[in-house]
Amino acid sequence: MKLKQRNRDTINGLLFALPWIIGFLCFSVYPLGASLYYSFTEFNPITKPVWVGLENFRMSFSDPLVWKSLSNTLFMAFVSTPINLFAALMLAMVAVRKFKGRGIARAIFFLPSVIPMIAATMVWIWMFDPTYGFLNNFLSIFGIRGPSWLMDPRYTKGALLLIGTWCVGASMLVCMAALAEVPVSYYESAQIDGASGIQKFFYITLPSIAHVLAYQAILSFINAFQYFQQVYVIISANQGSATGTASGGPSNSILMYPLYIFHNAFVYLKMGKASAMAWILFIIVSLLAVLMSKLARKASENAGVE
Amino acid sequence: MGVIKGRKAVASLMFYVLVICLCAIFLSPFLVMLTTSLKTNSDAFTIPVKLLPRKLVLDNYPAALRTIPYFKYLMNTVQITLFSVLGQLLVTPMVAYSLSKIKWKGASVISGLLMATMMIPYTVTMIPLYRTYSQLHLTNTYIPLILPAFFGKAYYILIVRQFFHGLPNSILEAARIDGANEFQRYSRIALPLCKPALTTVAIFAFLDAWSDYLAPLIYISKPNRLTLSLGLQQFMNEYSVKWAELMAAAVLFVTPVIVFFLIFQRNFVQGVAVTGLKA
Repeated sequence: MKLKQRNRDTINGLLFALPWIIGFLCFSVYPLGASLYYSFTEFNPITKPVWVGLENFRMSFSDPLVWKSLSNTLFMAFVSTPINLFAALMLAMVAVRKFKGRGIARAIFFLPSVIPMIAATMVWIWMFDPTYGFLNNFLSIFGIRGPSWLMDPRYTKGALLLIGTWCVGASMLVCMAALAEVPVSYYESAQIDGASGIQKFFYITLPSIAHVLAYQAILSFINAFQYFQQVYVIISANQGSATGTASGGPSNSILMYPLYIFHNAFVYLKMGKASAMAWILFIIVSLLAVLMSKLARKASENAGVE
Repeated sequence: MGVIKGRKAVASLMFYVLVICLCAIFLSPFLVMLTTSLKTNSDAFTIPVKLLPRKLVLDNYPAALRTIPYFKYLMNTVQITLFSVLGQLLVTPMVAYSLSKIKWKGASVISGLLMATMMIPYTVTMIPLYRTYSQLHLTNTYIPLILPAFFGKAYYILIVRQFFHGLPNSILEAARIDGANEFQRYSRIALPLCKPALTTVAIFAFLDAWSDYLAPLIYISKPNRLTLSLGLQQFMNEYSVKWAELMAAAVLFVTPVIVFFLIFQRNFVQGVAVTGLKA
């Protein structure tokens, strides 16, 4: 009787999860495998894949734009992650305080991360306009002459970082939830011991929420490797009517790795090479994810949280 | 005593100044979007640049609706969005129920795989999927955009699974003793109870489909099948962008999202916090 129940549970479990299992096979396992196979072949959307061995990988590694786009992407990952985490944590520390209008402030901080990225990017392109844009005109009040943000390769990544920090609302919410879980008694006893606000932050707040921050860092890293839409839109705005031709922005300064994969696949129609590049990306992301979750586990162990 | 009180008052005043500055910074792009949409195009390109319109005009809105076939794109986007939300609502709670409320070995395996699928970059799966869909002559249809929704998405399943974890098993156990089978327990007890989590899923699914850009970009090229997000892009294709019109179109595109957000703010907050903390 007991065994029978267990069998029935297995069948039911399988049945209820079946849609996801089919989807997993069709939309994850199959494309992953096919993409690996394609990376050893050459084809375009209408031809059959022809086996070319390691040629695509050789070609990718000897393509300076692959390295350029990889370094751009790594730059965004390593620079935007700490900036965004810091911004999210600071906003969260403001938003968890009790004050009048707190609900409105929270909504305002969170709103940018809700609206469609395409709309947000377009407003920012307009704000970044060197002559008529809001940003440079605002800076000029303080006597600062703003740069030509999206045209000058020295500033393009800064512009992307700015947009990213504006959209930090989701991380802020997670930080707020984490802050709310830190026991008040910790702060009370620290108060009695005469700890300053900064000491409380470094000895209580930060260790207590380290595991959440680490998880956020991993997500932010993975997102950096998916960075596509913003740069695609910014580049087509720069080009005006010449949309459709592949470009990496001024001096290829915002040619991100996923964008270059997209160019290879859908503009140059080198789908084999694009698949090889995609797999290189996949391997890098997987290694980073494993490495960072190990670090995250260590961080939470050190903090004494399960 | 008076000194301490004075210091506190100064501190709280400074805190308010900080909050107001932050709010102003975060709101400024929205303000720019709105005020630009109410300017004439030449006003937007007149020095000195003013935040507020010199002359308030509403012409950009009807003009924006004419520059791109706005209502056509709106209907396309609504269609995709409705089906995506429907698919997610159908499948997500089922899978989540299996992972949380049925005792079977697969549950932990699938939970692990769920997390793994969240790490697969879109660029890796994009090429084989594109090839398959184009071989099936399904490009320029909405199938590639809608179909995945009917097979569940890891992020949403995790939200609902988390919610089910919080439901006491005793309710389902009682129904089991009363002779209800698994499907009855799911549809009559678990499903009605998880309405708050499903609201969250519906909101996220709506936003995802409404804002989606990369998938339509890959699959849709026929002019009359485009979505709103691709339609906004069309304003950029002209040699000199009419920013006042574009901002009007952007306001129209963003407004439903903001309204949704303001109505369902609590669900947003819970959804994000739950997955961020416990996942």
